[in-house]
Amino acid sequence: MSVQEVLPLNGVATGSSGQFRADHLLVAEMVKPGSKVLDVGCGEGDLLQLLETRGIDGRGIELSREGVNRCVAKGLAVVQGDADTDLVNYPDDAFDYVILSQTLQATRQPRVVLENLLRIGRRAIVSFPNFGFWKMRLQLLVGGHMPRTENLPATWYDTANIHFCTIKDFVQLCDEINVKMERSVALDLYGRPVPLNLPWWVWNMFGEQAVFLLSRGGGK
Amino acid sequence: MQVAITRLIANEVDGQMGGVKSIPSPAISADERSHEVDHPSSQIAHFGAEQPLRLDCGVDLTPFQIAYQTYGELNADRSNAVLICHALTGDQHVANVHPVTGKPGWWETLVGPGRPIDPKHYFIICSNVIGGCMGSTGPASINPATGKVWGLDFPVITIPDMVRAQAMLVDRLGVDTLFAVVGGSMGGMQVLQWTAAYPGRVFSALAIACSTRHSAQNIAFHELGRQAVMADPDWHGGGYADHGIHPHRGLAVARMAAHITYLSDAALHRKFGRRMQDRELPTFSFDAEFQVESYLRYQGSSFVERFDANSYLYLTRAMDYFDIAADHGGVLAKAFAGIATRFCVVSFTSDWLFPTSESRALVHALNASSARVSFAEIETDRGHDAFLLDVPEFFDISRAFLQSAGKARGLTRDG
Repeated sequence: MSVQEVLPLNGVATGSSGQFRADHLLVAEMVKPGSKVLDVGCGEGDLLQLLETRGIDGRGIELSREGVNRCVAKGLAVVQGDADTDLVNYPDDAFDYVILSQTLQATRQPRVVLENLLRIGRRAIVSFPNFGFWKMRLQLLVGGHMPRTENLPATWYDTANIHFCTIKDFVQLCDEINVKMERSVALDLYGRPVPLNLPWWVWNMFGEQAVFLLSRGGGK
Repeated sequence: MQVAITRLIANEVDGQMGGVKSIPSPAISADERSHEVDHPSSQIAHFGAEQPLRLDCGVDLTPFQIAYQTYGELNADRSNAVLICHALTGDQHVANVHPVTGKPGWWETLVGPGRPIDPKHYFIICSNVIGGCMGSTGPASINPATGKVWGLDFPVITIPDMVRAQAMLVDRLGVDTLFAVVGGSMGGMQVLQWTAAYPGRVFSALAIACSTRHSAQNIAFHELGRQAVMADPDWHGGGYADHGIHPHRGLAVARMAAHITYLSDAALHRKFGRRMQDRELPTFSFDAEFQVESYLRYQGSSFVERFDANSYLYLTRAMDYFDIAADHGGVLAKAFAGIATRFCVVSFTSDWLFPTSESRALVHALNASSARVSFAEIETDRGHDAFLLDVPEFFDISRAFLQSAGKARGLTRDG
């Protein structure tokens, strides 16, 4: 399945000037009200708070102790844990959705993590920075150095992000492990969805980040 | 060996202790301690022959009594009751001056006006555990069958027995569902036992620095303490009451050993280092040469003034037996299957008695049971005792957890 077959969402608030991050609003739109959600790598709990305002039963896992403690201090159900090692402790079908927001690239085994997401949850929502974004390409092509952006300011030697990929790479992985892409949206530099009906290479070029709604593929 | 009360004040190793200060000679007699056993300065719930306490060892304990304190008012819905469970050597005086020692309540950092568990919002209950020595029936109580102190004739009790007795007290107080059950260490074990035994009666559970089972190392330390008590000739096979004495030397040694496990190397080093006590140079003797020795001796000698030696044996034994998974076919998650209780689990980085790994195992089981759980590990070098000390991050988390649970429970509050 290619990206252009997948419809982007309607009615998603655009821009990043509001209270919530653009990708969080997008993710929240994808979750049906009343469902049970696990946010893996939930940071300081911004997305979980957004979900709770929509009547969603949200839980979180976060690696950093500071992040966890801030979440718990906000009254969120968050545990300290590592996506790479702790997801195996969750039973099958424990959640309606498992969210991995801007975290996939920081895991040691993205493929195993992705498989676990769709074991624990009936659906997974994955967002990640697109390394095929034109600014990234330009920095490598012209600058000759590892790309750094506003959203990814760390240098190559101290970044937590060890497994960058492009939208094209991710789609290929989904095909490989028989994951169905129900919806996908690429966001441009300003957090706006890249317009509909553009060929996939445009998304891969102009999407600064991407959000995918995934489910288990059939016939596995 | 005479355990000397040295000139070092140290209620808490992490208190505002700037060095060496003199302490007043404690004026607490053995009589005052033993008076609290049968006639506590607390409310008492008596349970007669019609309400025996069915113990895990197979004995029906009757009659028995539970001594307890309450703070705040039960609301009209009876939905704001919070049960505080005390640790091994704690008691029901969680937020009031202790009747024997005259010290502030043992958890006034967490419980009290303006604290996360505020009597303005909650009806707070704290009872002395069964087997204790501050007014609830235990080995230091009078056995009505003989008219003499129970001693080792008292049946062996377990954490589930303690919780069963608490449930009877909570019934007596007219509370069906507790808004929260809160405790650290042995108190945390009781919290977990509450959720496993009475899941429908616990709306939220705050389990701090504890475990679902006592580790081999912890059992080993407890055995060390018990042997210290039993090695004291004044113990008299547990029958010291008949001789009008108390094995204070053995119990003090037990407390000293245990106290080390409540601290951490870093905390001891920070507070005492290798500093000497009231001297510049070694005296080449076995006096308390080092401040840390002096501190431990003080801890030991002050403990024996308020605690019964046999009670110490029974309560350490109860902790040793604790293993929730064993009661559920060896699968911890089964203990919490389908539970609706909201959990908050807290551990401390330098706690080596109940290390974070124990809390993590609990959290994994709760996750596997789809329970709603928060888990935070707090960075501190104060060891296991951190849960009793002034650790703001811990209070923030406790407050937020209870506030969020209160919202879900429909508790209205103005503060």
